[in-house]
Amino acid sequence: MSMQSAILPHAGARTLNADALHADARRETFGLLALLSPGLLLVFAVIIVPIGWLFWLSLFDETGSLSASNYARFFQQPSYIKTFLTTFKVAFAVTGACVVLGYPLAYMLSQLPRRAASICLILVILPFWTSVLVRTYAWLVILQRKGLINSWLIDLGVISQPLPLANNFAGVIIGMTHIMLPFLVLPLYASMKTIDIDCLRAGMNLGASPAATFRQIFFPLSLPGLASGVVIVFVLCLGFFVTPALMGGGKVIMWAMRIEQTTSLYSNWGAGAALGVVLLAVTLALLGLFQWLLGARATGVWSSR
Amino acid sequence: MQRFSVRNCVTTNCRGSVQALPQLRPAMNDPESREMLLSIAPTALPIGISGIEKRFGGVSVLRDLSLDVAAGEFLTLLGPSGSGKTTLLMILAGFVRANAGSIKVGGEEIIAMPPHRRNIGMVFQNYALFPHMNVFHNIAFPLKQRRVSTAETAERVEKALDLVQLKGLGERRVDQLSGGQRQRVALARAIVFEPRIVLMDEPLSALDKSLREHMQIELRNLHRRLGMTTVYVTHDQREAITMSDRIAVMNAGCIEQIDRPEVLYAAPKTRFVAGFIGDSNFIPVESRNGSVWYEDRKIRMTSAVPAAGCHLMVVRPEKLRLVADAQPAGSVNVIPATVGDVIYQGDSFACYATLRDGRQVTLRDYCRSDVLARLPGPGEPVNLGIDAEDVVLVAAD
Ligand SMILES: Nc1ncnc2c1ncn2[C@@H]1O[C@H](COP(=O)(O)OP(=O)(O)OP(=O)(O)O)[C@@H](O)[C@H]1O
Ligand SMILES: [Mg+2]
Repeated sequence: MSMQSAILPHAGARTLNADALHADARRETFGLLALLSPGLLLVFAVIIVPIGWLFWLSLFDETGSLSASNYARFFQQPSYIKTFLTTFKVAFAVTGACVVLGYPLAYMLSQLPRRAASICLILVILPFWTSVLVRTYAWLVILQRKGLINSWLIDLGVISQPLPLANNFAGVIIGMTHIMLPFLVLPLYASMKTIDIDCLRAGMNLGASPAATFRQIFFPLSLPGLASGVVIVFVLCLGFFVTPALMGGGKVIMWAMRIEQTTSLYSNWGAGAALGVVLLAVTLALLGLFQWLLGARATGVWSSR
Repeated sequence: MQRFSVRNCVTTNCRGSVQALPQLRPAMNDPESREMLLSIAPTALPIGISGIEKRFGGVSVLRDLSLDVAAGEFLTLLGPSGSGKTTLLMILAGFVRANAGSIKVGGEEIIAMPPHRRNIGMVFQNYALFPHMNVFHNIAFPLKQRRVSTAETAERVEKALDLVQLKGLGERRVDQLSGGQRQRVALARAIVFEPRIVLMDEPLSALDKSLREHMQIELRNLHRRLGMTTVYVTHDQREAITMSDRIAVMNAGCIEQIDRPEVLYAAPKTRFVAGFIGDSNFIPVESRNGSVWYEDRKIRMTSAVPAAGCHLMVVRPEKLRLVADAQPAGSVNVIPATVGDVIYQGDSFACYATLRDGRQVTLRDYCRSDVLARLPGPGEPVNLGIDAEDVVLVAAD
């Protein structure tokens, strides 16, 4: 046989066991598909079907006839546009606040000795184990007109009138930032921990001051973690309900609150579904944008680690 | 003295690669780029290290360590794991603060200087290339910190790439390079800014054997061409011997001996050095009445007789040989032994023998036909011969 393939290398190489190998490859593909099928079915049943149904619902108006009126409403009623803008304003502000507070926090955590870092990390994660509702009410107690902060400041004579900290935009931002912070800190901390200390040493060795080393090496290398944290926080903010509903005092109407109003107060499932579809579409578009903006810069780091 | 001529650069390069030659030749005709090539060669400065102490917690890692490195010298720190080589290098580079001591570079004290002002190039064990920059920007990094103009940066990076034979790879991402290429980038990055001193911490340990041997020669050639003062760390004794001008053998935070490789091998000063570099047989001897004795035999030796007391005679396996005569003749010392085993190794053979006091010694010799003809079998009594000039004594501990 080896003689034959030596004489006819091409013919031998092409046909020798080719069919059997091909069949084996097919069997493997089918086998993997079979293993995947429960997961795929689940995804189909709990994600694809409900979203499809939502989309289907959004195409019918109150009388039950097929129309695009649920979508047309977004452009006709200024209150929708206002809600839309508010939602984004809140999401941006909270994300910004999380970055400003979370980056130094994650940096500190990543520089601490191991034991101190794990204790501090538990403190960061601790609020996770408390219900969002409880935490929001706690903030209300602290921030409201006669709350802790205002009464202390007045007692100390720093201010004469209570500061408007709750039941407004500021209250929503404070409450939501607190809840969102771990979502930014954890991925950021993880990516900072993977930065090779020798890289930073090399930076200094090559003549970069500590500040320049941070700016040119540490910060760019922490960007992938920052990007994923920002995306998580931003997307979670877009659909957030409890905190804005409680801390906003009815003055800050976010998209999710609008959906709740439309479906439970006015029982208009078509309009509510349309709101949901728009939120989903906008979120996906934003994720795409993030990927496009940060992906190109960050992938180099991602793939090398 | 450290500035080599361009002609020298080209000729010493011949071992490296053939394609580098035509690229370098135009540089000789063009006076400006010729100037460039010369300017990569850093001015070498001597290093004076004295009285360095370093403790981690309560553990003393470096103990009153002093060491002088001449300008342009290639000095290797060699020692077992945990002997403090990396710690010493980190103190030199400024990443670890010593508890006491002085480091002078060209007479200037730098022990308290922050690392980014020291102007010392370092090649890290894992290369520490910046993963978010391509090869060009990695090498350009130190120039950028020194505010070198864009045009000059491009030119100097090009030269450095040329020097390490990576021409044309500037746009590659770091993770698209092989281990050897990364190593070269790290080297180019460490020398492109003309540092006064280059430190290397086991730069070749991540490479496979053949590439490692190739890079050893290249590093050595590069050092010959550029002449920068180099402190090199390794725990591979062969690497140290082939590359270094001098080797400092470290043990438990102290320097045991610092000498040229051949001196270190031929005349180790301590038992540790003798055992660490090459194979050694240790034979206990005693110094009394102005001469040295092995049991009842007087040892003939050319070096000075040490103070009275117990010593160890260090004998390399290849310095031992089988002699026919049981009585010493001329300047040869003879020690009786019994053969345990003879192992044939192709070009040579190893003979394991037991001395009368039960001590094991190894003899190695080439398989010449006259030797092979008289090769003893296991259990046979033999006489081991040692020339008087090969007798080296170290203190017994
Ligand atoms: N940050 C540190 N904290 C405590 N002990 C340390 C620290 N760094 C090094 N040591 C100790 O100092 C000693 C010397 O370490 P060093 O890294 O200098 O050894 P080395 O000679 O480079 O060894 P190797 O050949 O394994 O790299 C070791 O015993 C090590 O455990
Ligand atoms: Mg080390």
